[in-house]
Amino acid sequence: MEWFDNGWGLSLVVFLPLVGALALLAVPKDEEDTAKWVALLTASASLFFAIVAAFRFDYGDAGTFQLGTVKEWIPAIGSNFEIGIDGISLPLLVLSTAIVVLSIVYSWDHWPEPHNPKGFLILILFLATGMAGTFVALDLVLFFVMFELVLLPMYFMIGIWGDKTKMKLPGFNHEVETRLYASIKFFLFTLFGSAFMLLGFLALNLRGGTFSIPELTELGANGAFTGTFAFLVFGALFLGFAVKVPMWPLHTWLPDAHTAAPTVGSVLLAAILLKLGSYGFIRISIPILPNEARDWAPAIAILAVIAIIYGSLACLAQKDMKRLIAFSSVGHMGFVMLGIATLTPVGITAAVIGMVAHGVITGMLFFLAGSMQHRYHTREMARLGGNLKLMPVLGGIFGFTAMASLGLPGLAGFWGEFMALLGSYEPLAGLSLGVFRTAMVVGAIGTVLTAGYLLWMLQRVNLGEPSEEWATHEFHDADRFELVAWVPMLVSILAIGIYPKIITGPANDAVKAMIETAF
Amino acid sequence: MLDYHALAPDLIIAGTVLAVLGADLFLPQERKWWSAVIGIFGLTLALIPIFTLAVDDSSLRSMFGGSYVIDDFALVLKTFFIITGYVVLLMSVSYIESDRYYQGEYYFLVLASLLGGMVMASSRDLITLFVGLELVSGPAFLLAGWRKGDAKSNEAALKFFIIGVLSAAILLYGMSLVYGMTGGLTFEEIRAGSVTVSDEPVFVLGILLVLVGFGFKMAAVPFHFWAPDTYEGAPTPVTAYLSVGSKAAGFVGVLLVSYLAFAESPEIWGPALWILAVLSMTVGNLVALRQENLVRLLAYSSIAHAGFMLVPFAAASLLDSGDLEKAFAATLSYILIYGMMNLGAFAVIIAGARRVGSGQLRDWEGLGSYAPGLGLLLTLFFFSLAGIPPLAGWFAKFVMFQAVLQDANGWTVALAAIAAVNAVIALYYYAKVVKGVWMDPVPDSINPKAVPGRVAPSLGLALGILAFGVILAGVYPSVIAEFTEAASFLAGG
Repeated sequence: MEWFDNGWGLSLVVFLPLVGALALLAVPKDEEDTAKWVALLTASASLFFAIVAAFRFDYGDAGTFQLGTVKEWIPAIGSNFEIGIDGISLPLLVLSTAIVVLSIVYSWDHWPEPHNPKGFLILILFLATGMAGTFVALDLVLFFVMFELVLLPMYFMIGIWGDKTKMKLPGFNHEVETRLYASIKFFLFTLFGSAFMLLGFLALNLRGGTFSIPELTELGANGAFTGTFAFLVFGALFLGFAVKVPMWPLHTWLPDAHTAAPTVGSVLLAAILLKLGSYGFIRISIPILPNEARDWAPAIAILAVIAIIYGSLACLAQKDMKRLIAFSSVGHMGFVMLGIATLTPVGITAAVIGMVAHGVITGMLFFLAGSMQHRYHTREMARLGGNLKLMPVLGGIFGFTAMASLGLPGLAGFWGEFMALLGSYEPLAGLSLGVFRTAMVVGAIGTVLTAGYLLWMLQRVNLGEPSEEWATHEFHDADRFELVAWVPMLVSILAIGIYPKIITGPANDAVKAMIETAF
Repeated sequence: MLDYHALAPDLIIAGTVLAVLGADLFLPQERKWWSAVIGIFGLTLALIPIFTLAVDDSSLRSMFGGSYVIDDFALVLKTFFIITGYVVLLMSVSYIESDRYYQGEYYFLVLASLLGGMVMASSRDLITLFVGLELVSGPAFLLAGWRKGDAKSNEAALKFFIIGVLSAAILLYGMSLVYGMTGGLTFEEIRAGSVTVSDEPVFVLGILLVLVGFGFKMAAVPFHFWAPDTYEGAPTPVTAYLSVGSKAAGFVGVLLVSYLAFAESPEIWGPALWILAVLSMTVGNLVALRQENLVRLLAYSSIAHAGFMLVPFAAASLLDSGDLEKAFAATLSYILIYGMMNLGAFAVIIAGARRVGSGQLRDWEGLGSYAPGLGLLLTLFFFSLAGIPPLAGWFAKFVMFQAVLQDANGWTVALAAIAAVNAVIALYYYAKVVKGVWMDPVPDSINPKAVPGRVAPSLGLALGILAFGVILAGVYPSVIAEFTEAASFLAGG
């Protein structure tokens, strides 16, 4: 297995889906079954190797990068193909490969219009490579390429398979289809952020002389980046990552994109793509520019709690179920960012477990919302009701997942919120206690609001008697493809909730090591 | 004794030019396309001495008192021009054949224009540079007016000709001032002579006039206004050639004079090119947003790209010699990559216009549903132009940003920020085309069943070569970077 530890294992995890995508190009459009199997097999193989990596990973040494390699890539600019994982990226890598497989399984019989499984699967596989690649990249150029690789597939996924309802834009006379508006908005926002992120990367390279993240981390810890330079670089990186997270007030692309995307697109967006931003903060911004991180931390904390409160209040105003779940992401990612802003092991570990939990839970909620829309042909909560009676299994799962999302102790959502608040009681020495303790109190109020809107949603959608519109209607409950896709997610919600150490164990060691070097 | 080995690439192309013209006399009407085959054969043949020269260790070969050299820069650009010519010929075969007249002369003119570019790449004095540039432009004037019956094509040729003559006059006047002040014609003499006169207003004027002259060729704002009309009116393969070969020739000129002849006075050309870069990027992109015709859209996009290519020049005026090489390599990398993806975009437009029957974006809507292969290629080239990884365009933008940030001060940071915002604006109009092709329904006026299905094999080959290049250079940019790094030694000297 030596070859596996020398970077080949991680390379397989990253590039197998890409191989699958290229193979799919050769499959004729009519042979849908072949296409599905090719996609499922390559994605499963990628997941398999990710799990092997999790077993080969040395948990006693979670703070150093493992299973990686450095190969010459673009010598002219000094960039290498440098990969590796530590306790922070490992859970995210497994999560992203797993969600891809489950998305393909879920899609098996649920193709959004205009059908064309081949094209859809190619996009999913491209996304898979980009997402996994971002989590293993230890070179800024490689990170940038992988970070951008997810843009095109998601753009096409929203733009071609997305919501076709017409919408009116303020200030324009004609109506456009939601999918067209949402897809270009997503693309432009993200590209705007990442253009500045690239400038930040280049600046780091010119001052530090390398693109390697471990080397830059060392330089950063030794105070190589200071003053106005560091301020500008942190600002540029902040733009890139904050758009992706998204942090308030750069979040406006998110509700549109999530609502317009087809079910699997929303799942991948919520479960993985948002994490690329917060992961960037943890992997790049904080360790390389620790002093700037300290200066910016109160501002980030304030933006984070605004996001928590704003997201919750916005949820309470939604009529559309999918849009409500989308806004709930703004709030939940607010907790993740609050955890990161504390710059403590507890807080950042909270962010990691919060990212994984949000990935599984919100991904699950989008699956459910998609399945319900498939059956009711509407997402308007006022028209729904009594879902539990009409479809006991699907309704039960929906109730369970919503409970996990509101942070019920014993389920996955609890730990991220709880530890983030805990962390902000005692932030890194030197940070303003006043700001962080206020943030803690406001965040705690946010958890109440979160419970409020989720219970309200459950009440309107799941409970009560079915309305006349649906009472006589025959519904088929969750089918086998849905169950195969959902059961692993439900199990992991429960597993992480009961035994969070599977995430926090490796993550905490890695975070501690990172904080110790940086501060 | 002449070094025939060094001259071989140019001589072979010159021979091919004559062979094409001669063969045209004997070829019967229905076999005129053979002249294209002769041209392609000649271009391939010319690659052989380029290869042997490249592997030869005594890399610098200087002739005619240093006026004409073969070094890594010349070899890289000669290869670039040959490959450009190769692709343009492949693109032209089916297009020109369908017009059925003057095929032989067409290929003769394209090859002659290419020869001009190859001469420029080797030229190291003002006269040779000017002769090369005129050899690029002269045939291009005729090519732009190739569709005689079409008023727009006539307009294209006339505008291009008048502007071309004007810019040549300005360029020559500038050159004469530079010669008068420094007393030298070769770049080395000018550089040596410029030390004492670099503050003289006349010398400054000379430099600025030379830049203006090349500015027309590069189609940089505010010397760009001929480009959209000419691009639209000229036959599309010619437009592809103008936007890549002719533009590259302008950049070769600017690279040579700025980094060699005027190397001692970057404080004059640096700020001037800073302004040109900002104007070209911004104006090109903003006007492109409103274009409904694909060729006009690409015309404005190519103006914006000229701005991006000028960005490293502006930074260079603030750098010491070690870093000058990076700025030089950045512009060169950008030219090579831009050439590939822009030719690709035009090849797609030629193939698509044959099927759809128009170059209006409105008629292209829904193309992806009945011609998925073309739609995929269009996506590839347009998003590469937008600079989205992992397509080649990202590396061009990357080295451009790297060059401008390497010695940061207020001006360069501002330039980088303007370029970054422009990259985002550009995405919007590229994505607009892609959106139309994949996400909009087929308009009623187009009947997908009625349009002819197949892409001509020669055009298909050109598309295949370019698509392969765009992906390869995007995933493994060293294939470009190695060459540009080798060629950029010029800037260090």
